[in-house]
Amino acid sequence: MTDFFNHTVGMSYDWAWFVATIVGILVIALPLMLAVAMIIYADRKIWAAMALRRGPNVVGPFGLLQSFADGLKVFLQETIVPAAANRVLFLLAPIITFTVALIVWAVIPFQAGVVLADINVGLLYVLAASSLGVYGIILSGWASNSKYPFYSALRAAAQMVSYEVAIGFVLISVVLWAGTFNLSGIVEAQRAIYRFLPVNGFGFNPLLFPMAVVFLISALAETQRAPFDLTEAESELVAGYQTEYSSMSFALFWLGEYANVLLMCALNATLFWGGWLPPIDWAPLYYVPGIIWLFAKILFFFFVFSWIKATVPRYRYDQLMRLGWKVFLPLSLFWVFLVSGVLMIHRVGL
Amino acid sequence: MIQAIAFYLFAIIVIGSAAMTISSRNPVHSVMWLILAFFNAAGLMVLVGAEFIAMLLVIVYVGAVAVLFLFVVMMLDIEVAQLRAGVARYAALGLALAVALAAEILIGIGAWSAGGLKISQRIAPIDGNVPNIQAMGQLLYTRYLFVFEAAGFVLLVAMIGAIVLTHRQRGGVKGQNISRQNARRPQDATRNVQPPVGQGVQL
Repeated sequence: MTDFFNHTVGMSYDWAWFVATIVGILVIALPLMLAVAMIIYADRKIWAAMALRRGPNVVGPFGLLQSFADGLKVFLQETIVPAAANRVLFLLAPIITFTVALIVWAVIPFQAGVVLADINVGLLYVLAASSLGVYGIILSGWASNSKYPFYSALRAAAQMVSYEVAIGFVLISVVLWAGTFNLSGIVEAQRAIYRFLPVNGFGFNPLLFPMAVVFLISALAETQRAPFDLTEAESELVAGYQTEYSSMSFALFWLGEYANVLLMCALNATLFWGGWLPPIDWAPLYYVPGIIWLFAKILFFFFVFSWIKATVPRYRYDQLMRLGWKVFLPLSLFWVFLVSGVLMIHRVGL
Repeated sequence: MIQAIAFYLFAIIVIGSAAMTISSRNPVHSVMWLILAFFNAAGLMVLVGAEFIAMLLVIVYVGAVAVLFLFVVMMLDIEVAQLRAGVARYAALGLALAVALAAEILIGIGAWSAGGLKISQRIAPIDGNVPNIQAMGQLLYTRYLFVFEAAGFVLLVAMIGAIVLTHRQRGGVKGQNISRQNARRPQDATRNVQPPVGQGVQL
């Protein structure tokens, strides 16, 4: 796109790059907002179907416009800031959550060469941005100046920090296998991983499959989805860190949360299941555009997330911490050794 | 052009937020300003082409260190007036430190303007075309392997030391036995009884 603005429109290279980047951001962010609205609807429908209910079915055909109606309603409400709250941080917190959920999409490759920022440290950027996500929640809990949000913020902080460690080690084993931090490079490294079996994706490798499972579960914990949604455990903490929020600030939390869930599904697809590659390395499948494959995988993982939300009861807090520190952390650390050992034998020899 | 704009933007924000870190009244606000400073410092690193260092800065400082700061500061009930009272006592020491730092910066600028370091004078010259991570890996795992491992050992010792210092066994505490919890079945915990009318249940 830089070329288009540089040569066709005739801007200098700097400004062409600048305008192209802005356009790229809009092309990713605006459909993402639409996707988040629809995915909230899908989540409610899946959840309802598993509970033998109808789910949203009033607004628009099949209730398709429910999310937009909710958005409009929330937009027209008054933003209430509690008198004892720290006003600036209270309003800043949802914005941080929302922004952080969006910025990671910059490095997700949608197709060969279709990525906003094709940087060498793509996966580190993902880690860095996801480590920022905790600030929105901590700040909202503290700035609300209310006990339930504060408890929730403490839980969220401990939870996200714990599971980030496991995610970090999982990502390291993927990076070791792929030999690059660049996400497009990682997808490309998953093409036809076996000579005898034409499959695309590290998840089909029995050595890396357990890491795919650990990553999926850690992603649930990282996005605070059920069964790890202790931060908004309504039986103990009212609504957790969102308790004092209303109107658009509440909506921003929701949008950020679902954008994060979609992001984790996209990372699952990209890191372990071949991203924009078709699952089977067979020529006719490559006629389907890569972006369709990526979206199909994202939607599949989103369905898995909803399925888990509908069927699994909530964890106890000490169980959550135990799973993170005593099970996933040693397992993923051991796997880093295992993967690097196998790679040494494979590439260098004994 | 854009690089220059970005550089001045990041630099101004770093300096401004660093100043706000020490001057803001609320400790939580201080930590937030500090995070902003870290973040923009990472932006400066990206501008000079050290994207790996920039990402590490964000992951380690913003993602881990500052979260712990925020955790501690949030929990404390700090009286701002008390903090203000301490300022006069440490003013002399602070001034001395500030003078020393300013002198270091001036000496650095002086040395730079006397003639910058040539690339060939670098201790470990590397090929300019390899990516950041590869370049660092090549140096760390070949030339500086032993120094690197020594640093690792220092960190390991520090970690073990911290665990030894804080870990204490207390008597009379009921620990959890996870395998026993998992082995427990509904049949062990509940009992179906059909009490006759008019009689209670023997527990």
